[in-house]
Amino acid sequence: MRMETSDENLVLLAQSGDGEAFSALVSRHYDLIYRLGFRMLGNRTEAQDLAQDVCAGLAAKLKGFRGEARFTTWLYRVAINAAKDRLRKRTTRQKAQEGWGEVENLNRQTSAEQQAELDWLKQAMGTLSPDLRETVALVLGEELTHAKAAESLGISEGTVSWRMSEVKKQLRALAEQEERYP
Amino acid sequence: MSDDLKKLQAALRQATPDPDSDAKAAALAAAQESFDRIQGSEAQARPIPESPQNAGPFWKGPFAMFNKIRLRPALYLTSCLVVAGAVFVTYEPWNPQAPLERKDEVEKVGDLRLQTLETEEADAALELRDSETQSMAEVSQEPVIVVIPSPKKELGRIRLRSDEVPQENRSTAQIDGSGATDPGLTLGSQPQSGVLSGIVAQDQIAPDPYPKPGDQFEGEPENPLKITVEEPVSTFSIDVDTASYAYVRNSILEGRLPAADAVRIEEMVNYFPYNYAAPDISEAPFSTQLNFITTPWNPDTKLIHIGIQGAKPAIEDRPSLNLVFLIDTSGSMQDANKLPLLKQSFRLLLNELRPEDQVAIVTYAGSAGTVLEPTSASNRSEILASLNRLSAGGSTAGQAGLQQAYALAEQMGEDGDIGRVLLATDGDFNVGISDPEALKTFVEKKRETGTYLSVFGFGQGNYRDDMMQTLAQNGNGTAAYIDTLAEAQKVLVDQVSGALFPIANDVKIQVEFNPALIAEYRLIGYETRALNREDFNNDKVDAGEIGAGHAVTAIYEVTPVGSPAIKNDPLRYQTETVADTGTGELGFLKLRYKNPGEDTSKLVTQPIQEVVHVTPPAEAHFAAAIAGFGQILKGSNYTGDWTLEDAAKLAQSFKAEDKFGYRAEAIRLMKLAEGLE
Repeated sequence: MRMETSDENLVLLAQSGDGEAFSALVSRHYDLIYRLGFRMLGNRTEAQDLAQDVCAGLAAKLKGFRGEARFTTWLYRVAINAAKDRLRKRTTRQKAQEGWGEVENLNRQTSAEQQAELDWLKQAMGTLSPDLRETVALVLGEELTHAKAAESLGISEGTVSWRMSEVKKQLRALAEQEERYP
Repeated sequence: MSDDLKKLQAALRQATPDPDSDAKAAALAAAQESFDRIQGSEAQARPIPESPQNAGPFWKGPFAMFNKIRLRPALYLTSCLVVAGAVFVTYEPWNPQAPLERKDEVEKVGDLRLQTLETEEADAALELRDSETQSMAEVSQEPVIVVIPSPKKELGRIRLRSDEVPQENRSTAQIDGSGATDPGLTLGSQPQSGVLSGIVAQDQIAPDPYPKPGDQFEGEPENPLKITVEEPVSTFSIDVDTASYAYVRNSILEGRLPAADAVRIEEMVNYFPYNYAAPDISEAPFSTQLNFITTPWNPDTKLIHIGIQGAKPAIEDRPSLNLVFLIDTSGSMQDANKLPLLKQSFRLLLNELRPEDQVAIVTYAGSAGTVLEPTSASNRSEILASLNRLSAGGSTAGQAGLQQAYALAEQMGEDGDIGRVLLATDGDFNVGISDPEALKTFVEKKRETGTYLSVFGFGQGNYRDDMMQTLAQNGNGTAAYIDTLAEAQKVLVDQVSGALFPIANDVKIQVEFNPALIAEYRLIGYETRALNREDFNNDKVDAGEIGAGHAVTAIYEVTPVGSPAIKNDPLRYQTETVADTGTGELGFLKLRYKNPGEDTSKLVTQPIQEVVHVTPPAEAHFAAAIAGFGQILKGSNYTGDWTLEDAAKLAQSFKAEDKFGYRAEAIRLMKLAEGLE
């Protein structure tokens, strides 16, 4: 049954105290939370911790979800805000906007080419501010339209488009820099 | 997208490692734990006067009373624990490592009750929202409705009300609701009872069985045993309603056996999904399976089990739906298990609709009115806002409401669309046509326009089952009874989203028994669906519809020639010799149906052969257990000394997959009912 049940209905059932529905809802979306966490934080362990925190807090947060937006739209926002909180806390201890700095190489059979790609990614994501990173995580990572991403982030569609062009600009700058100092 | 962005996207995806299954399991467990904690603490913190925590005084009652009532709180407590102690369950597609075997332990009593919060509680609930939700959610005017799993007490109070209020005051009390005149409170303060709990008071003063005093049922006596030689042909219309099962469940969970008239065996049997083979659509829109098993309650007779499975066309291919919600907002609908539950239920349904579907809302109370003009289902906020604005008050002008709803449905219709009126009511039509016959005529006339009708019953105490049945049966529709949000999920979403588009209309079944092999037979259930023999071939005669994915089950108990169970002696003066045609056929099954939109029926036939099953057909046995359960509740003459315990054992052995947990629930009901006998 739960396979066919929409998120929104699972939410209603969970809000009414149906633990089974809640469980189905969380397990259905764990991957999404984890994925977003990883793309924001650039670290597997941290993404796992984050996902666990978000999951544990979901029961309480769900009470506030009133169904005005799609559940996933709402969940994107919850997960991204939690990730940004983490980034913010980290900046008090460490230098600003790390995260993608120390991404470990998980795939042992990485070719040189893949390794180069990963290095580039680290550098690129590391340069992006958390605001740009969240936009990238939704627009590129989750392939949301600018409008949908805007709804999740609570900003205007224009701002999303502006941020994406900003991302493009920074990537270009990065490429130019590499050309100059290979 | 620029190349840089593409490169970033590809690299980002490549770098993202798959989630670790242990980490995931830990996170899910943490989530479930916090969910349980929140559920638990809420149950304690919520100040509901009727809750068992606060129902302390009844323990101090007289000792004689104590014994009588102690079972009920115990039941409540266990159901409470089961619901609150929700088990950590994962589903195959997401986490194959999860402890699947625990799924069986999830036994939900389905015992959700609605509670509308007082204003200050609503404020508190609003404060719970965290910042992101607050800015995202438009501040809406709707009252906060929180559904909590709680022991049954709300119904107890309602019933108390209708018990205690003298006839002439009853309607006033219902309209006044829980205000100062609430007779529940008046009764509670009576010194001799010394209790505030409706539960206890109910046990003391209300020994009458279900149905509630206001509930009306149309009773038909059990189908009699027929002698094959005298009447070899049996004809009936299929029935896909399930209302009776939900009503029976509700009464058993409340600790009362349902009245015999409230039990319709076919509706109980058809409540369950069965694992019947899917049809070959090129032949007929449904498949038919026949099983031949020994009768559980009589070793000398056999059951012929007929299972019909409707095709389930791909949901994407379904035609657009034009739905008119016809909502009863009369005063009697204000109880928590009526209008508030109804709103929640329709929200569930709304989530399943597509942008090309259209929705309109008509209400009736005093006068009928269109609350929402036909609106695309994509316009959720407007539809939800209209739903939320509904409030109960006034008397019930059912007829005017129906007329308006049908008019709207006709206006919305385009070629190929399916128009359906969804009537939600407690069955109380007290203004305009209130005579079932007149309503029937009206609905019959409207049926010609091709608009279907679904009837959803809510609440008890005022429930007009006869009216609901009449409407659904004559309006090309289904009737279901919704007592919990979980039931709404089953009826509206899991099944009605299929049933909303019918695949075969006017489905009739005719069985001719072979007198050479079958001496006597009787059809179990379907009493209200009997047809005359000649009606089978008459396409003007209405019958039931099969919706997409619906399963319909019919069971005959047959007595083979020569069996010691034959009840009728042979006649002395008329010796009828029956020529055995040597076919070995027990009988011949004929089905007639019309494709939606067509006026001429098609015929499907199949001989009924004696089959030797290698493995016992689980679905047939389970259906037989439910049929036996229904017959015992109905006080059947044919089940002998077979007990509910036997029924529960049989059902348990053939519970099969039971992915929705419906069968486990039925078994629990059998056991509960046994204690009530």
